[in-house]
Amino acid sequence: MSFLVALAESDSVPTGSTVTDSANWFLEYAWLVPLLPALSFVGILFFGKRMRYKGAELGIAAVALSFLLAVCAGFAWLAHHDDGGYVAVQKSTQWLQSGSVEFGAGILVDGLSVMMLLVVTIVSLLVHVYSTDYVGDDKRYTHFFAFLSLFTAAMLFFVLSDNILQMLVGWELVGVCSFVLIGHWWEEKPNSDAALKAFLTNRVGDVGLIIGTIALFFAAGGGRTFDTVKINEAIVGGDVSQAALVVASVCLMAAVMSKSGQFILHTWLPDAMAGPTPVSALIHAATMVVAGVFMIARLYPVFFEGMQIGGSSINLMATIGAITLVFGGLLAFVQDDIKKVLAYSTVSQLGYMVMALGVGAWTAAVFHLFTHAFFKANLFLGSGSVAHAVHSFDMKKDMGGMRKFMPKTYVTFIIGSLALAGLFPLAGFWSKDEILVGTGGWGLFGDTGGNGAYTFHLLMGMFGAALTAAYMTRCVYLTFHGEYRGGHDHAHDEHGHEAHGDPHESGPRILVPLYILSGLAIVAGFANLPGGFQLVPDSWTERFGHYVEPVGSSYFPKIAHATPSWSLAVVASVVALGGAVVAAYYYFVKVDRLSKETEASLTGLPDGLSKSNRLAGAGHRVLVNKYYLDHFYERVIVAFTKGPLARAAYWVNQNVIDRTVDKAGETAVLAGRHVYDIVDQSVIDGFVDGSGRVSDATGEELRHINSGKVQNYAAILFAMAAVLAGAFLIIFAL
Amino acid sequence: MDTIADNNWLLTVLVFAPLAGALVMALIPQHDEQSHKQVALLTSLVTLGLAAFLLIDFDYGSAGSLQYFVDTEWIEVIGAGYTIGVDGMSLPLIALTALIMPLVFVYSWNHIPEPGNAKAFLILSLILETGMIGTFVAQDLVLFFVFFEVVLLPMFFMIAVWGGENRRYASLKFFLFTLFGSALMLLSFLALFFLTEAETFNMLELTEIAGAGIPRGTQLLVFGGMFLGFGVKVPMFPFHTWLPDAHTEAPTQGSVILAAVLLKLGTYGFIRIAIPMLPEAAEAWAPWIGLLAVIGIIYGALGCLAQTDMKRLIAFSSVAHMGFVMLGIATLTDFGINAAIFGMVAHGLITGMLFFIAGSVKERYHTLEIKRLGGMLAQAPRLGWILGFVSMASLGLPGLAGFWGEFPAILAAYNPAGGLSEEVFRAYMVVAAIGTVLAAGYLLWLLQRTAMGEPPAEFADDPNIVDVSTTEWIAWAPLLLGIVLFGVAPGLIFEVTDPAVGESLHKCLEAGCQAADLAASSVGGG
Amino acid sequence: MLLNQFLLLSAVLFCIGVYGVLARKNGVLVLMSIELILNAVNINLVAFAALNTDALNTDVSGDVFALFTIAVAAAEVGIGLAIVLLIYRNRRSIDLSEIDLMKG
Repeated sequence: MSFLVALAESDSVPTGSTVTDSANWFLEYAWLVPLLPALSFVGILFFGKRMRYKGAELGIAAVALSFLLAVCAGFAWLAHHDDGGYVAVQKSTQWLQSGSVEFGAGILVDGLSVMMLLVVTIVSLLVHVYSTDYVGDDKRYTHFFAFLSLFTAAMLFFVLSDNILQMLVGWELVGVCSFVLIGHWWEEKPNSDAALKAFLTNRVGDVGLIIGTIALFFAAGGGRTFDTVKINEAIVGGDVSQAALVVASVCLMAAVMSKSGQFILHTWLPDAMAGPTPVSALIHAATMVVAGVFMIARLYPVFFEGMQIGGSSINLMATIGAITLVFGGLLAFVQDDIKKVLAYSTVSQLGYMVMALGVGAWTAAVFHLFTHAFFKANLFLGSGSVAHAVHSFDMKKDMGGMRKFMPKTYVTFIIGSLALAGLFPLAGFWSKDEILVGTGGWGLFGDTGGNGAYTFHLLMGMFGAALTAAYMTRCVYLTFHGEYRGGHDHAHDEHGHEAHGDPHESGPRILVPLYILSGLAIVAGFANLPGGFQLVPDSWTERFGHYVEPVGSSYFPKIAHATPSWSLAVVASVVALGGAVVAAYYYFVKVDRLSKETEASLTGLPDGLSKSNRLAGAGHRVLVNKYYLDHFYERVIVAFTKGPLARAAYWVNQNVIDRTVDKAGETAVLAGRHVYDIVDQSVIDGFVDGSGRVSDATGEELRHINSGKVQNYAAILFAMAAVLAGAFLIIFAL
Repeated sequence: MDTIADNNWLLTVLVFAPLAGALVMALIPQHDEQSHKQVALLTSLVTLGLAAFLLIDFDYGSAGSLQYFVDTEWIEVIGAGYTIGVDGMSLPLIALTALIMPLVFVYSWNHIPEPGNAKAFLILSLILETGMIGTFVAQDLVLFFVFFEVVLLPMFFMIAVWGGENRRYASLKFFLFTLFGSALMLLSFLALFFLTEAETFNMLELTEIAGAGIPRGTQLLVFGGMFLGFGVKVPMFPFHTWLPDAHTEAPTQGSVILAAVLLKLGTYGFIRIAIPMLPEAAEAWAPWIGLLAVIGIIYGALGCLAQTDMKRLIAFSSVAHMGFVMLGIATLTDFGINAAIFGMVAHGLITGMLFFIAGSVKERYHTLEIKRLGGMLAQAPRLGWILGFVSMASLGLPGLAGFWGEFPAILAAYNPAGGLSEEVFRAYMVVAAIGTVLAAGYLLWLLQRTAMGEPPAEFADDPNIVDVSTTEWIAWAPLLLGIVLFGVAPGLIFEVTDPAVGESLHKCLEAGCQAADLAASSVGGG
Repeated sequence: MLLNQFLLLSAVLFCIGVYGVLARKNGVLVLMSIELILNAVNINLVAFAALNTDALNTDVSGDVFALFTIAVAAAEVGIGLAIVLLIYRNRRSIDLSEIDLMKG
């Protein structure tokens, strides 16, 4: 079926539900994929310590098997799709019943969930293998693998859910795994703080999730159902009031903002880097953080109608995404910790995905999710490989010149960086280009027929592309170029080991996952070559979109597709390249030259940012300084971006948002204390004690009621008798 | 309501088996502590066995009717009968009680609190068990009241004799509060007797009458009396202040019983007596009950944040959790009340477990001051992990039992029974949802400061601090398993309670507060 | 016959008795006040019995109760006086405000 036919179908009104409950074995039994890691979790938890490789072998075996099943399911889906078009497979059973409402539990297998199964299992498998080396001598090795398994199971459970209640369960379970794994080294307070912050921030978003879920439960066609297909169908069929959809979509958006690190709730994500690096790669880059994006994609009709994405040029979701992608990118400039650079980069890339969904470019967002998982996991694991060698994450203090020591890691890191920067022909280029096309903003320069002309978002996306390329250049220079700056002091890494001698290349269990991921970072983009791409046959283009996007299915809104544009691709590439070139000029030329002159391994220009220059001998200097173009680049564009702008953003991040979160927490505690001290201890207790005093009007205090004096007892007796008599009177009188 | 009266010896034996055990123990000399423990444990195990038989024999197909029904004369003069029976609403709570007590006795095996005297302590516990099970099976108001009060005295003595430093104050406060509530409750029962034409204390008949013939104003007053009686026991804001004191001072076993079962007597009273018997008044009171419930949720959570003592923190968390239960009840929908019953069972398992942990921490560290604790994961890793697990369950993590008490209650609040204001209850829903964030806050905060980090210097080399012992494992394992089991398969409880709740609400539905018509339910977007 | 008058008398006696029990400090006087209360009840009992008695039927249950009460009151006074005597022997006083042996 060609793309054009799919388009035509999406315009026709879907008749009946495009969901079936019988299909290929691998699709019907897809629930085995999450089940295996879940069993492995239980196995490792109870028997792991007694196993030969302390439980790692069980975890790896289970995830490997899951991966195989996912691959089979992938092929089965291709065949299934070719056979009968986009017909999702749903198998469900009753979970519980309460008050005439039935809750189902089941799986919904379609292109989207199969794609997620593949991504999660492959990244998880590689991370498992990588971890056997990386945390090899950790004292909670077994425990670490148990929770990697549980996390994998929870994420797979989440993506396979056929109802939002089940999604909520999976959503929270991945949150807990993230909590446990971030706090893996809980002996140190910053780590447990980070774990707490992650969980609590997510919990704030969960308020939105809970309310949104409930609103959908009651709203969808008056049907009282959690079933995603039914809800989506009801919305596509126009059976749901706009007001309910607005409430639901805004509430769910809050959940997405916390889970997927969108601007203002993103602050937990960089802190989450306190966890072990494989966790950062698996959870905080490739899989868990995209749960929010996945949820939007799964419940797209809710957002498409609720946010009124079609035919508009601005909406909440797209704007949040756009702001996030720029702010996240700016913040990445001022980080010294290599993992934090990548963390902010993740924030920024998640912003791309959310923006894409917000402008109606569904396939682009999901495709970006797909490619991003590979190159970001690649980068994280690469940074872990470096950190493993130098026992630190600080680029400025303990890295530099690493390419000499670790050439293989270097190559994979460069590939990952180029893919992330979106340079042709690596994976990031294709997915980012699709997002930019999808904004429809290029329509100003020639109609591309998107869901609306989101010009502002296009510009933000362009700017973000330049930023991405620039900060990755900086990161690569500081880590791999210049001279090695570490090794002279006793740097302690997260294992508490001391650095010894020169760093050396990592072992095969670290490198092989890196090779595989960088390979995927190169080729993943070819999965969805843009339609109308003249260099290859038509049947090679749009494969990903064709099999993943539920075009024409009954539970997907009728969205329009923008036409890819050569001109936009070229302009976007030039912008990204420009960002890279400016940064490269600063680091690879200026800083490098100065380093050689001063025989030091510098990380920036000593007079670059803070020192102001006086305007004296202007003419001479204009010449010397080559018309100040350098200055303009360095001190205005780069410096402004790196300096005030990023710092201001970072300042806002640390001092306004973070502070607000902290303050809110502190205030809550303070309020709690006040309420407790004043209201609870004085007023209510006082009221109770006081009422005791009043009732004992004969003069004794409540505590003295037990005076031992006969007459007091008699008084109480009479008083009680009087009360009872009065009560009887009242009852009879009534 | 239909009744089924076969095997009618079962409930009577179940109720009085613990009392028989207590009588046997009375004959054993006081110094023979080992025999006391054996008899107590054996008795509770027999009770558990009977409860298990009940669970197997129970006709789940007609969970809406009273089964094992017995109705004989008791005190003819005042028309009180010995009427007992069990349906799907009380079954889970009976099972919970029967499960908790053996665990308490196992734990008591080597944890008899100061000042000793195992005989008295265990006898009191057995009397408590009779009282609690009796309350759940009673189908006659006088009988109900008697059992309800039977529970009061043993608990009072447990706190007053085996409690902490401030035990006198706490026990007196507990006693006064509860007695105050009971007095008003009794008045309401009497009012029901006299005001309905039937002149009966039989709960079935009173449910059938459902307040017919009583003027609306009087109904409101009568319901108010019951509200105070049950609300104190729950405890609802602002009648909760006895709870933290009682919990803090009570011995571990007392706290466990208090949290796991005693608090449920109040909520059970609401759904068994107050609402079915006075549906019209219930509808008028519901918004206020809901308001107090959500205040309790937020307030309890804030109170938790201010605590410096672990046990007190857990006690305050009960206020918040019971707030969710009451919110479910206040919606007056079958869905919400199902959630409330689930919440009761889940809270029993989870908070009971938390108090067990607090007891063990106290035993090891000789303090529950959160500031002084720390690094439990390093010194007693299993204890630390169990604390973490139970905290997660308590904050309502999906997949564990706590979630099914919380989430459906919030869900029910979105769409309360027909006569209630949707706007008001949706506002409650939002507040309750925010309460879940605070819950996560205080529990994780507790976890971080007690379990994570390095062990503080004063305990670093303390040989007392050992990991979970065998008796503790035996006492805790059923609770931990229950938390997982009901979290994964909530249907086990929902399916039992659902028909009974429907049955008890049907009068309420007829009386006009029927659940919003499904097809016509407006979705006017909050 | 007017029932009210008897009831009023009884109530007055009862109140005097209650006042005496609560306010007097002398143990013997308190005992005497208790007698007043009991007799107030007796008057009620007899009065109601009389009310129920007419030409057709005779109801003596009230009178019988009154007789019982008198017997019980006699016993009670006996024990009460004995207690007062013992207290006087031990303490050289029968001032009730000084006696707080029942303090818990």
